[in-house]
Amino acid sequence: MGILKIALYLILAPFIGGLLAGIDRKIGARFQGRQGPPLLQPFYDLFKLFEKQSLVVNGVQDFFVGGYFIFVLFTGCLFFIGGDLLLVCFALTLAEVFLMMAACSANSPYSAMGSQRELLQMMAYEPMLLLTAIGFYIATGSFMVEDIARSNVSPIVYLPGMFFGFLYILTIKFRKSPFDISTSHHAHQEMVKGITTELSGNILALVELAVWYEDVLLLGMIGLFIVNMKWWSFLIAAAVCLIAYILETFVDNLFPRVKWDSMLKSTWLVTLVAGGVNLLILTLVR
Amino acid sequence: MNISKSPWLLHYDGSSCNGCDIEVLACTTPVYDVERFGVVNTGNPKHADIFLITGGINSQNREVVKQLYSQMPDPKVVVAVGICACDGGIFKECYNILGGVDTVIPVDIYVPGCAAKPESIIDGVVKAVALLDKKRAAMKAGKTPASQKEE
Ligand code: SF4
Repeated sequence: MGILKIALYLILAPFIGGLLAGIDRKIGARFQGRQGPPLLQPFYDLFKLFEKQSLVVNGVQDFFVGGYFIFVLFTGCLFFIGGDLLLVCFALTLAEVFLMMAACSANSPYSAMGSQRELLQMMAYEPMLLLTAIGFYIATGSFMVEDIARSNVSPIVYLPGMFFGFLYILTIKFRKSPFDISTSHHAHQEMVKGITTELSGNILALVELAVWYEDVLLLGMIGLFIVNMKWWSFLIAAAVCLIAYILETFVDNLFPRVKWDSMLKSTWLVTLVAGGVNLLILTLVR
Repeated sequence: MNISKSPWLLHYDGSSCNGCDIEVLACTTPVYDVERFGVVNTGNPKHADIFLITGGINSQNREVVKQLYSQMPDPKVVVAVGICACDGGIFKECYNILGGVDTVIPVDIYVPGCAAKPESIIDGVVKAVALLDKKRAAMKAGKTPASQKEE
């Protein structure tokens, strides 16, 4: 069963992630009154990148990007076979650190600045991520994803504040405006391409692919708030995931990018108020 | 899967009068919307497939153009937009102008006009993507790309 789940995740996640990226670009184009690229454009881009030569700037960059890719996949597998949520959070952070190191290793100011900003982003969202894991534990009595998914009532009943907080940091994780300060999927940014500036060809393709896996994993976490013992709760969870993603796309297109300090302040404020208050009430009630 | 389905552009302004640049940017607006064909205007040579240059080469930007060209991964195509980029155009006689883009790097597609119309720029890009596929096929067949031969 576990093997099957891993295989399903490894095969399906890129398709789902790519399609979502296509929907995102289409909606973005419509916002600007354009027709936009075909829905499958992200896949064309990915194949193109795999076909291209990659200009390797140093010996360790490929290694770091490979580490990023493998750890994202590892994290996703761990989550979807029902592993420990805390371990999922830490493994995801480790993956992110690999990407940051890849950017750091290149001798380019843009990519170095991108990795510094990535560090700030991690500083901003990490508390909320851990708080969410703790919230799940207090609400359901377990850190294991499979136990949480088998609880009697959906965890969101106990964790509405956490859900809001998680949606908030999802904007950072998805690299959406207003919080896409380290790199952005929109062309022409203030720092060229930030963290991915020095990556090219098939190495860049690997990063793109990892991002799709990561997106699906994060949406899985959104889904975890909704699922319970009933089978139909999974359908609702899928619908909520889709809505959450489209909501992020809207936010992306409606808000201008903020400076790093407002990102940090606002995220920590949301973490403290939405997450903290939720946690306090939960410990009193439970 | 063809490379031509996802051509990413790098746009560089040599010593253009800005007329051609505005036309290039016009291609990305709702009226022409080149993103329909998957074209993305990246600002990063390492992500680009097509090098779009407007304006001629002068003694200051010649190294920059060479540098940008060498940073692009193969296969790549160079498109000279506007008559200035093709052979110097109206600025040809200026003391600082060396000539068209082909004085420093090999140009594949010449788009004429002063300023080049968005329609002809798109036409040039379409020709460029066809060439990209050809170059990719040649690379697969084991031929060294022209850009690597000079070194
Ligand atoms: S071709 Fe004409 S419009 Fe274009 S850069 Fe030269 S002078 Fe300007």
